[in-house]
Amino acid sequence: MYNLIRFVQKYNFILMFVLLEVLAIVMLSRSHTYHRAAISHVTNSMSGRIYRINSGITAYFSLRNVNNKLKEQNAVLLRKLSLLEARLPFSDTLNQEIIFDYLPAKVISNTIQFRNNYIMIDKGYRDGVKKDMGLISPEGVVGIIIGVSEHYSSAMSLLHKYATLSVRFLNSDQIANLHWGGGNYQFGEIVDIPTHVALQKGDTIVTSGHSFVFPEGLIIGTVEEFIPSEKGNLNTASIKFSVDFNKLRNVFIVKNFHREEQDALMKIKTNE
Amino acid sequence: MNKVLINIIRFIGLILLQVLVLNNIRFGGYINPYVYILFVMMLPFAMPGWMLLLAGFGMGLVVDMFMSTPGLHAGAGVFIAFARPFVVQLATGSKEPENVSDPSLSKMGSRWWFSYTVTLVFAHHFILFFLESFSFSQFWSTLWRIIISVTFTEILILLLSLFFIDRKSR
Repeated sequence: MYNLIRFVQKYNFILMFVLLEVLAIVMLSRSHTYHRAAISHVTNSMSGRIYRINSGITAYFSLRNVNNKLKEQNAVLLRKLSLLEARLPFSDTLNQEIIFDYLPAKVISNTIQFRNNYIMIDKGYRDGVKKDMGLISPEGVVGIIIGVSEHYSSAMSLLHKYATLSVRFLNSDQIANLHWGGGNYQFGEIVDIPTHVALQKGDTIVTSGHSFVFPEGLIIGTVEEFIPSEKGNLNTASIKFSVDFNKLRNVFIVKNFHREEQDALMKIKTNE
Repeated sequence: MNKVLINIIRFIGLILLQVLVLNNIRFGGYINPYVYILFVMMLPFAMPGWMLLLAGFGMGLVVDMFMSTPGLHAGAGVFIAFARPFVVQLATGSKEPENVSDPSLSKMGSRWWFSYTVTLVFAHHFILFFLESFSFSQFWSTLWRIIISVTFTEILILLLSLFFIDRKSR
């Protein structure tokens, strides 16, 4: 016992270092899983407030660009609307069921330079945001909500080691999975393309709608380079994201009204 | 008491500079300088070991809160707090330099200050970047990023210690 006390006294500096370092690594390894620790609750509302003040000031510098982008988006949406209206026999908005709803939000903090990047937005559970909701921008898919506090939420960016997205090639209808390999924030990669599917530079990639998070057909990006496999297994492709993650400001949270039903069905299936 | 206050102000100032300004500047895509570690570097020589470690850990944790990376900066912060006494010893020869209460550029001289800061910056970035990627699979590309980031951080730290902190703390 005496020896133990002497040992602790002599090496307290090293012991404490090891203790704190292990603590940090445990926190870190927990945070790396998709379902992150409850720490985001506390941190979101604290750092969220400071980030909002900062973004409130810097937002003025890009007002003109944002305005133009919104105008463009408006025009595109109006065009789509008129096309759709022409196709409908009569427009009955009461009986149409809405599956996906979109809640506008502002990005208050965003990174692109790390291996794992996160986005913080200015809407929280008070606004109806829940974990696992999707996050999109007018240009395409952005990420998935992983932590929600009262007024803020944090999302895992597509620029993250654990962000995987089920995608569809628009002209062949084939399905694959998109990852981000780190490095340049403009390019993602698909490594599981069946060999019979040939892609060309510029082919469009959209969401498959298989994830319950995003509706089908949202744009993600275009093929930058198609790399056929030498061994004849699965081909890979480098994808240029349609979203410029470095410019992210106005985003939409995607709410799926059928989410619970779909999840319940999945549970039944896996239990059988 | 005055010294405690100066260190607290320095802490808040450096963290705000880090998360509001420097984290938004992306040199060449993904290089990020981390100057907030200057806080640990400038703590008094006489500070007891446990306090130093807690200061490093706490500093990292606050940065983690802003960057949604629980544990990452805390881990690297603790490491440089742990390494600091050894680096001081290495740079000085004796454990506590005489007549000087806390390390700074003006009190320790430019050669001492450079070797002291650059060693700690490298130690910090090395731990930080490898903790972040959590593997050695891309060792050389990570090492390359570390070296570039160390260069940027060191330049900023030298500038900061020239212009800001010395005048304030005098």
